[in-house]
Amino acid sequence: MIEIKNVSKWYGSFQVLKDCSTHVSKGEVVVVCGPSGSGKSTLIKCVNGLEAIQQGEILVNTTKVNDPKTNLPKLRSHVGMVFQHFELFPHLSITDNLCLAQVEVLGRGKEEAREKGLALLDRVGLKAHADKFPGQLSGGQQQRVAIARALAMGPYCMLFDEPTSALDPEMINEVLDVMVELAQEGMTMMVVTHEMGFARKVANRVIFMDQGQIIEDTTKEEFFGSPRSERAQQFLSKILHHCN
Amino acid sequence: MNYNWDWAVFFKSTGIGEEIYLHWFMSGLLWTLALSLCGWLIALLLGSLLGTMRTLPNRWLAGIGSAYVSLFRNVPLLVQLFVWYFLIPDILPESMQTWLKQDLSPEVSGFLIVTLCLGLFTAARVCEQVRTGIEALPRGQRQAAAALGLTTAQTYRRVLLPQAFRIVIPPLTSEFLNIIKNSSVASLVGLMELLAQTKQTGEFTANLFEAFTMATLIYFTVNMGVMFTMSRLERKLRVPGLIALGGK
Repeated sequence: MIEIKNVSKWYGSFQVLKDCSTHVSKGEVVVVCGPSGSGKSTLIKCVNGLEAIQQGEILVNTTKVNDPKTNLPKLRSHVGMVFQHFELFPHLSITDNLCLAQVEVLGRGKEEAREKGLALLDRVGLKAHADKFPGQLSGGQQQRVAIARALAMGPYCMLFDEPTSALDPEMINEVLDVMVELAQEGMTMMVVTHEMGFARKVANRVIFMDQGQIIEDTTKEEFFGSPRSERAQQFLSKILHHCN
Repeated sequence: MNYNWDWAVFFKSTGIGEEIYLHWFMSGLLWTLALSLCGWLIALLLGSLLGTMRTLPNRWLAGIGSAYVSLFRNVPLLVQLFVWYFLIPDILPESMQTWLKQDLSPEVSGFLIVTLCLGLFTAARVCEQVRTGIEALPRGQRQAAAALGLTTAQTYRRVLLPQAFRIVIPPLTSEFLNIIKNSSVASLVGLMELLAQTKQTGEFTANLFEAFTMATLIYFTVNMGVMFTMSRLERKLRVPGLIALGGK
């Protein structure tokens, strides 16, 4: 589904991604973790071409992302993305947020888009808020709407870029619950997160990044059992410290 | 000061038919409004286009926008007006010169030139307001729109510009007020707008104080009206649950 082959990226002379290779198969949930500044958000943004790469190749469903001939808007319309800061459109009502891209990009009729949007809103438990504006919802609610907005496009995979990092602690679970449900339904997901509980529960594989490199790319069992690299062990011991 | 105030002067005959001096002011006001509104329309459309261009990834388009701003914002309005009025018409193709200087009445050709001048001058300022409005939005908004598959044009039309315009309504109001006030430069090229009529009334009647008091009141009232309308617009477009976009 997602193939990342020998990807390198520079900001000026600073190399943010160093020869990264990995893949996400259909139905797989891959969690990407690592210290801040390790390039994990950059990597996930390369997958739908929000960030350009200078070397290597990224394929999504056999479409080459870093090919100038690729119709990026079309590709992106099939790849859902959820951002750290939700990025709902504040001037549009929740319903309009859900419908905008369905109508503009997929060319669905207004009524069809609305029905689809409301069904998904119901699924994330927010049907009552359809006519509100993003600024009137809590962070957790906004992020659930953002997930519904991405799902409304009928994506074949979903990218999550630290979806719970900007949330108050008590709102993290309501968002994770939605994501767990999605994973269990077989959605292909690439998730940048520090939520190791989530990784334990639903991830198939865990990727650990540091300084722009993929240091570990293993099954969940192996990662939590005995990560091979010292760097990953250190990282885990720091962030799991309070959970155990 | 020994001055004989005579407020009845506005109702005195100008000596031309049934006309009284108040008619001069009304006619001047209409020219002022026509100049400002037409100029504002040009400024708003062109300025929004240029402001948008300045934020595009395409360097050429962004470059054109910033060159425009440099040129039109760094030359005094009066200099620009004289160039448009006295110099440009002479370098136009023959047929356009004939049209502008002979086919059109001097009033209409003067009006067109001043409107264009005011519009282009103010467009540079509107451009900068619109640009800052767009740049004030979080980068993530652009990314989120792109991630949903919206094209750049759709992103601007549906996501960025509606938010940017809400943010810049207050500075745009200032530009709207400015163009109304700046339209008074038209009096220097013989267009009988409000200031020109005021001066003429002063010269004909020797009641300069009354004439300029009247002009002051008219400009003040018109601009208060614009301010009121714009703040109503701002309230109407207010986004519920949001402070940053003019909400509460």
